[in-house]
Formats: sequence, structure tokens, C-alpha cells
Amino acid sequence: MSRINDFVVRFANVNGTGSASANYLFAKSIFRMGIPVSAKNIFPSNIQGLPTWYEVRVSEKGYLGSKKGIDIMLSVNPQSLRKDISSVKAGGYFLYDSTKPLHEEYLRDDIHFIGVPLMEICNREFTDPRQKQLFKNTVYVGALAVLLDIDFKEIETLLSEQFEGREKLITPNVKALHLGGDYIKNNFKYPLEFRVERRDLVKDWIMIDGNSAAGLGAVYAGATVVSWYPITPSTSLVSGFEDYAKKLRKDPVTGKNNFSIVQAEDELAAIGMAIGANWNGARSFTATSGPGLSLMNEFLGLAYFAEIPVVLVDVQRAGPSTGMPTRTQQSDILMAAYASHGDTKHVLLIPSTPAECFDMMAASFDLAEILQTPVIMLTDLDLGMNDHMSPPLKWDDQRTYNRGKVLNETELENTLSWGRYVDKDGDGIPYRTIPATHPSKGAYFTRGSSHDEKANYSEDSDTYVRIMNRLLRKFETAKSMVPAPDFYQTENQSDMGVIFFGTTRYAAEEALDIMGENGHKIDAMRIKSFPFNDEVEAFIETHEKIYVIEQNRDAQMRTLLINELEINPKKLIKVLNFDGTPITADLIIQQINYSETVPA
Amino acid sequence: MTYIRPQFQHPLLPKNSLGYNRKDYEGSLSTLCAGCGHDSISAAVVEACFELEIEPHKVAKLSGIGCSSKTPAYFLSNSHGFNSVHGRMPSVATGANLANRDLVYLGVSGDGDTASIGMGQFAHVVRRNLNMTYIVMNNGCYGLTKGQDSATADYGSISKAGQANMFEGIDLCGLAIELGATFVAQSFSGDKSQLIPLIKAALSHSGFALINVISPCVTFNNNPGSTKSYDYVREHNEALSSLDFVPVREEIVTEYNHTQVRFVEMHDGSMLKLNKLSPEWDPEDKLSIVIALNKAREKDEILTGLLYLDTKSIELNDLLNTTATPLNQLTEKELCPGSDVLEGINEGLR
Repeated sequence: MSRINDFVVRFANVNGTGSASANYLFAKSIFRMGIPVSAKNIFPSNIQGLPTWYEVRVSEKGYLGSKKGIDIMLSVNPQSLRKDISSVKAGGYFLYDSTKPLHEEYLRDDIHFIGVPLMEICNREFTDPRQKQLFKNTVYVGALAVLLDIDFKEIETLLSEQFEGREKLITPNVKALHLGGDYIKNNFKYPLEFRVERRDLVKDWIMIDGNSAAGLGAVYAGATVVSWYPITPSTSLVSGFEDYAKKLRKDPVTGKNNFSIVQAEDELAAIGMAIGANWNGARSFTATSGPGLSLMNEFLGLAYFAEIPVVLVDVQRAGPSTGMPTRTQQSDILMAAYASHGDTKHVLLIPSTPAECFDMMAASFDLAEILQTPVIMLTDLDLGMNDHMSPPLKWDDQRTYNRGKVLNETELENTLSWGRYVDKDGDGIPYRTIPATHPSKGAYFTRGSSHDEKANYSEDSDTYVRIMNRLLRKFETAKSMVPAPDFYQTENQSDMGVIFFGTTRYAAEEALDIMGENGHKIDAMRIKSFPFNDEVEAFIETHEKIYVIEQNRDAQMRTLLINELEINPKKLIKVLNFDGTPITADLIIQQINYSETVPA
Repeated sequence: MTYIRPQFQHPLLPKNSLGYNRKDYEGSLSTLCAGCGHDSISAAVVEACFELEIEPHKVAKLSGIGCSSKTPAYFLSNSHGFNSVHGRMPSVATGANLANRDLVYLGVSGDGDTASIGMGQFAHVVRRNLNMTYIVMNNGCYGLTKGQDSATADYGSISKAGQANMFEGIDLCGLAIELGATFVAQSFSGDKSQLIPLIKAALSHSGFALINVISPCVTFNNNPGSTKSYDYVREHNEALSSLDFVPVREEIVTEYNHTQVRFVEMHDGSMLKLNKLSPEWDPEDKLSIVIALNKAREKDEILTGLLYLDTKSIELNDLLNTTATPLNQLTEKELCPGSDVLEGINEGLR
């Protein structure tokens, strides 16, 4: 069976050995050949010495979700050898460093073994000890390129881009590439039945990780103050912001920064700083993951009640507690939606691609200021840290920042009576002032204690209830402002539906395709935000049975839907994966088929 | 209940050069206990801001939670105030300051808010040298929750219930100096003549200025045996220096004795005239004040006055190389790189 542009390659490496850039080279060269590709790092919470994997899925059909079953394994890690050999699908290939022979007991009859003496080649051809180690990676990329029929020119171009300014490194890299390629040509039959063929399927798409795209979105949205505390998997979001800001946000005359970044002492301080900066009229955000969000609860309650805009990104990882810091999950939904003690609700945005990370990051600053409340963008490790094929990033130059209801000096001058928490327009959103706007008008006392419309301290029950109800009214207003869901059908064609969100979309779309090919058409909706828009409610009302696909144990989105829309729980069926790896289409189909055979 | 002061102002009230009189720097009526030290500190803040001729709306006053943290409502009603969460005022002040480096930041905190729940944020705002004045209204106890010992209560100090504190008290001034504070002072709420010039000096300092003010709690910690009572502090107060604050505009004409009187120039050009009362101590010598503080502790003395000043202080915005224009005033033109740049970025990712 020909397997052109449809297979999975996994690299088994030791972390800290420089394999990441070689593996990226491999994936990107296939992308440059116009073939859809997705790449995922599977790495430990460790710096050096432990096993790490990199998985590349090549898919002519553009399926970018994870797929179980490895067709080709490239193994340079003796620690995980046994596991790596056993994880190859029957009929697949196992490429290894044959400098030392494999243990006979590990061998299997149903897969092919291809030995390339990586270490021997590098010891012979290179003198520098660091190069001997590093070029092993390039040698195996060369070997794989010949086996899979990857165009060497694409890899060589990528190498010259990668080492621009350090040209001395290009020649030995290209040499290493050909050493691997030539070894295959001289010793094995090539190419394999698994191979690539040039296509024109990636169009104008780009390859970028969600964190970098979100960081760039914050630069475009005018964020100036960034506070953060290091935590996997959100750290690279702030470094993404920093890298782009250093290039795009220096004052051209003085060279000084039109932004400031503070690494805080903890997540409490990180969100506190972001709130302080927003209170004072700058756009500010912080990024974190589950453990950080737990710590930020107190401040989120303050920002909700005192009505201070703030943008927070939660790049979710597997919890609870420290959990699995380098594994993906969508398990902070309920905590994010209701963060803090007392009655609180927060606006959530849930992107699924890097382009959406960019767009929603930018939109969240407008929304936070329009609504004067925290906006939490929920991504996950898979989206944040892995390179994804994505539509290009777009910015409309006609767009202006919407700062919401902020009174300027003239408006304050002409205002007879102003109260910070007066709902003048009936939409639940009051008018705010920024410190130092006017010499004698607009000053007020911001507080997390109960207050009246003039921001005065008040423990009067009627006042408290009035303010709390107005906050609900504001949340109702938010419904029409947050991104509407995506539908996969122009009109309903089934009484069954599926709901998914965030990175679950990749596997869910693939599953829908496969089920559709098998004559099983189901309607689908991708939720992008909370509070739920009316469209979400209508979709659920017009279907009898709905599968809610998510990556956590407790079906948190399902709970949120049931709780907020008062839906009969029996109508919503859980489809879950929470093992820390991205959900797959196979698993979704399996669970839907299973629940079809048992009565609801 | 909300207390509102009468709006009437006597036409002959003296005004500063900006045209403001003292009343323009006041706030609403205090709801603290009668005789509370904190009210004297609020009054000193009003006086200092009036005399310094600060525009009230250019001040941002921030606090945490506790009796002390209520006080920003009792001064500068034309300034924006932010009563944040317990122990977290430093982070809010940091964000606010980064957003607009041109305002005057005045933080008010208590001993619980600073030395217990807020210890982490206090330590880090000190070492970042945030440009702010940080006043601790230190009464050694938790007033709002009825008088429990705080972390600054001295070892052996007797509580109202008659119990001796069995834990070591935290010396915020010594700690701040260790952490790299660039302006450290200690004072007593009952000593207005010392406190007002200290606040003026702190507000003029570019960088982090701590004033730890012993401020007796008349309700829960003013009993015999307490080391934070009015009587005890009066008896054990050992002033290191007396201080005059000389604004930029005034010429210094007084003759002075070089061994005792020191003039220190502040960042904004104003001068501090220090009358040194201890020959072994120099305000710019960190080691001398560390020794003085330790000696005083052994002798149960409370050293007051300006303790330490680093005139070479570089505040956070300058450390971060932030542009001179307040960040909250930058426009989309400066902030948004535009679609052409984005297309270039896309191209690099293909």
C-alpha cells in the first residue's frame, strides 16, 4: 500500500542534545514541499538527560491532530529503546544508530530495522567533540530525507536561513546531511513506501507556535506593561512578546523601550502588577498556567468587583497541583470561568490556532477595556508550545484600539455629576477615569470592599445587591461582544451534534470527516468564548443528543454549559481524553460509537 | 457610614504657590478610633503635600488591607486611591508606576500588611527600587481583628491580655537596608516635627523610600508593657538626626558646623539639612546605620530620623530603560507596528 504524504514519524531523543533544531528542520522541509504537517514535542519536565520525543504527522488531507501509531521511528536514545521499538506499528520502520548492535531480545519480526552508524560516521568525519555530538542529528535528517524522498534543496535552504550570519556552520551541516543520505543510498533500498510528494496544499500558511503568536498579538494590541512569573508552558508567550517588542517597540530616536517587562516574585504579584497598570491606563497582561491561575484567584476577584480591565493568558497543562507540567490538557475551564471567592464570572476566549491566538489576544485587550473586567484567554500546552500550521496573521490598519468608556479631561470638565459605578447607559458598564486626568474631577477610591455607585464604602444591603446585579447585566452585555461559535454546517442536518473547543478541533474535525465518509453525518459547533452566545444555546436546543469533546477528566465545559444554560445533563454526552497527550480522532470515533450502542 | 467634611473654606486660608490651601489636600473624616496614631500620620501627609506643593491629582495613593490601609481615604481626596488586597499593594503600585512614571506614588501599609502577609511583595518592591514612598503605620498588632500580635511586635512586649510575645520582632528598617532600599527612615506618629520633613524628603526621593512610623494602637496595644505604646515610644525614642527639608527654590544661607550638619542634595535638586545627633553615624554609610540599628536594639532604643539615603539611586523605570513618555500616553502610532510589518513576519514563518 502506498503511503504517500500520510504517515507519522517519531524521533526518540535525549533532551539537551540539540536534537530540537534538527527535528524542526525535518518537519519544516516537508512543509516547504507544500504538504500539511504537524509537529509535537513530547518532553519531560527536565533540562538534560531524560527521554524526549518529537512527533511529525504528514497528512495530505490536512489532518493536524495527533494520531496514535508510529510508522517510522528514529531512535537515538538507548534509554527508551525497548519502548520505542514496541511502539512502531506492524510493517513500520525503526531507524537506529548501528554503531553498537541492538539487543537481540528487542528485535521484532514484523517491523523493518534500518541501522545507520551515526556515531561512527561523526567520529570519523568531525574532530570537534561538540560537533561529533550535534551532527549526529543532521546525519539522521539526511538519512530520513533519502528514505522519505524529501527534497535536499529544501533542507539546504533551511540550513542557510538558520545559520544566516554564521555561514561557517552551513558547510559542515550540509556535509553531515549528505553523509546520512549517502549511507542510505549505498546500503538500503529507497525511498520507502512511506514517502512525500510535492504538493501545493499549504498555500500562504505559516508555521508558528501559539505562544509566539499570542505574544505578537499583545504587541499589536498595544500592551505596554507585562508582568509574569516563569512557568511551563506559558513562559515562551512572554519571551515571544519580549522578542517582538525589542524589534518593534524601541523609540527610534532614543532607543528606549516603549514597553516594560517585569519578572515578578510570584503569580500573585504578576497579576497585581497587570491590574495596577491597567488601572492607571496602560494595556497590560500576564501569562501563566494552572498553578499560577490558582494563586491569581484573589486578585481576579478584586478586578471583577472593582471593575478593572486585565488580560490573562492561561496556557493549560495537566493538573491538579503540579500535575504533569509538560503535558497538555483543557482542565482549567471551571476555575477560570468562576475564579475567586464570592459570586464571580469571567470572560473567556478559547483560540484553536496560532492565528486565533494572535487575533484573540488583540481582541482581549479591547474586550477587557470595554467591559472593565478580566479577560482570560485559555490556550493549552499543545497550542502554546508546538509549532502549528496556521493561516497567516492579519492586522487591519483601519482598526483602532477600543479603550471603552474612559472619560478624558474635557468630558470630565463638562460632566456635572459622575459616579464611577453609575450605569448611565443601562448596559451594566459604567464610566471610568484614569488617574491624573483632571485636577479636580474624576478622582475616586478603588476598592475590593462593597461600594456604592459613587465608589464610597458601603455595607448597605440594597446597594450591594444593586451593584452585584449590575455586574450580571454587564456579563449579559458581554454575550454579544465575545466571538461567536463556528459551525460546520449551513443548516442542521442531524439531531445529533458535537461540541468542541480549542485544540480539540484538530482531532474533532478529522473524526467528523471520517464519520461523514462512513455515512454518519453529525452537526458540529466549535465554542470560542464564555459567556455563551445565544448561538450556543440555540445549537443545543435544536439537537437531541450532543457529544461534548474535551481534554479533561470531569467534562468541565459540559458542566459549564449545563450550569449556565440550564440544560438537561442527559442530553450532553462526555467524550474525554485526559492522559496528557492531545486527543485523537480515533478516540473520539470510538467513544461516540460506544455511546451509540448504549442507551442514553 | 460615610463621613463627609464640611465644604466651607475660609477665604483667608493660606495657599501654596499652586493656589491650593491645606483643605485641598484633606480627605474624608477618619473612622479610626479617637487618638489613633494613624490619624496623625494622615495629617502629616496632608501637611507635607501642601508644603511640597504637589498637585493633588498627580498623586496616586495605594494601600493593602487593615486599619492603616483605610487611611488613604482620609487624605488627598483629589487623588486617585486604590485599596487593594491584603499584602499586595506593592505589586499594584509597581504596575501603576510602570504605566505612568510621572505621578507621585504614595503607598500606605501596616505591620501585618507588610511584615506578614505582604512580606514577599515588600521585599521585592524594595529590591526593584520602585519610585514610591512607602509608609508603614506600625502598631505591632492587628487592630481590625481585635489586637493579635503582629510580626513587628517586639520580643517580650506585653499584649493587652497580659501575654508576653514569644517571637522575635521584625525590624523593617534593618530589613529594607539589607534588601537595598535607597531611602530608609523611622519615625513616631507623635512627632510631627520630625515626620513632616521626612515625608517631604521621601516624596522627593527618586527610588524606593521607606518610612516606618511607630503608630500606637490606642485600643489594643497602648497598655503598660507594650513596646509600641505612646509612653514607651516617647521614653525610648532616640533621634539620630533632626531634619530640615529645603525645597529646590530656596537658597541655603545658614552657616553650619561641618561636623554636625550635613546637606544632602536630592534627585530633584532639593536639599536635606541634617543635624546629626550621633557622631558615629553617617546617612550615606550603610554599615554605620546597620551597626547603629543593632546597638539600639540591644539597648531597647528606637532610632528615629533619616537612617539611610543612597543619592545615586536609579529607580525601576530607568533600570528597565523605559521611555520618558509615560507608557499610558503612547498612542497607536508608537505601539502598533502595522500590517506591512506583519506581512514581513508571516513571510519569515513560511
